[in-house]
Amino acid sequence: MTEFNTSTKEIGDVNVVYLNGFLDAHTASVLEDTFSSLVEHKKFKLVVNLKDLDYISSAGLGVFMAFIEKMRENKGDIKLTSMNEKVFNIFDLLGFPLLYEIFDNEEDAVNKFTGNE
Amino acid sequence: MNMNLDNSKNRLIVKSSTANLITIRKFINNKAKTYGFSSSETEDIVLAVDEACTNIIKHSYHSKPNFDIEITVSFSDNNFNIKIIDYGETFEPASIKELNLELYRKQRRVGGLGVYLMKTLMDDVTYSFVKNKYNQVLLIKKLIH
Repeated sequence: MTEFNTSTKEIGDVNVVYLNGFLDAHTASVLEDTFSSLVEHKKFKLVVNLKDLDYISSAGLGVFMAFIEKMRENKGDIKLTSMNEKVFNIFDLLGFPLLYEIFDNEEDAVNKFTGNE
Repeated sequence: MNMNLDNSKNRLIVKSSTANLITIRKFINNKAKTYGFSSSETEDIVLAVDEACTNIIKHSYHSKPNFDIEITVSFSDNNFNIKIIDYGETFEPASIKELNLELYRKQRRVGGLGVYLMKTLMDDVTYSFVKNKYNQVLLIKKLIH
């Protein structure tokens, strides 16, 4: 059984990262590897789609914290989209809505990068 | 699997691998529901226990996977008590009282978020230890109906 995995899709110079499953201290390295690989390929504009993310602990939230500055220093960002209520509540509890742009749907998040409002 | 349920079924002993967090979450999830907590409350309790055990693995056992974590649950006076014991190094997270997320962002540090979550999601979180013997964290959630 796979607890957690990611997949990515390119839309122009924006990369959409899809998270699936349970993101905890055991699986956080999977997301770290995904972000590291994108940085290596100079992909700094990320939309992270959390539609299929069932669970997140602080270890998972830490991965976002570890990469956000890197993306912004390179004129990119990590924008979050489509998270379920349970996952949003955890983000909210830690004040993440102040640090990250959160969108209801993926298209709006991608458009924010590309300027197609 | 590194798991052992004793006869009373109110205790779970697992090895200190992050691979066992999923086992711990399932155990707590079942117990919380049995005791009558709502889905939302159950999720909060499960996350708090995950955070406590993650801290034990990282800070008490320094990510070494072959040491015991003992979780014992009980229910009395509408209190769900979760006692977690480890035999690693004592760490004292008591100094983390308030969350300063801006500081975390600037320093790119994330330690402490888990303790903040535990204290926010549970009614009481108490750390204690007997030096060179064991460490204990007791998490309490009140059942209100």
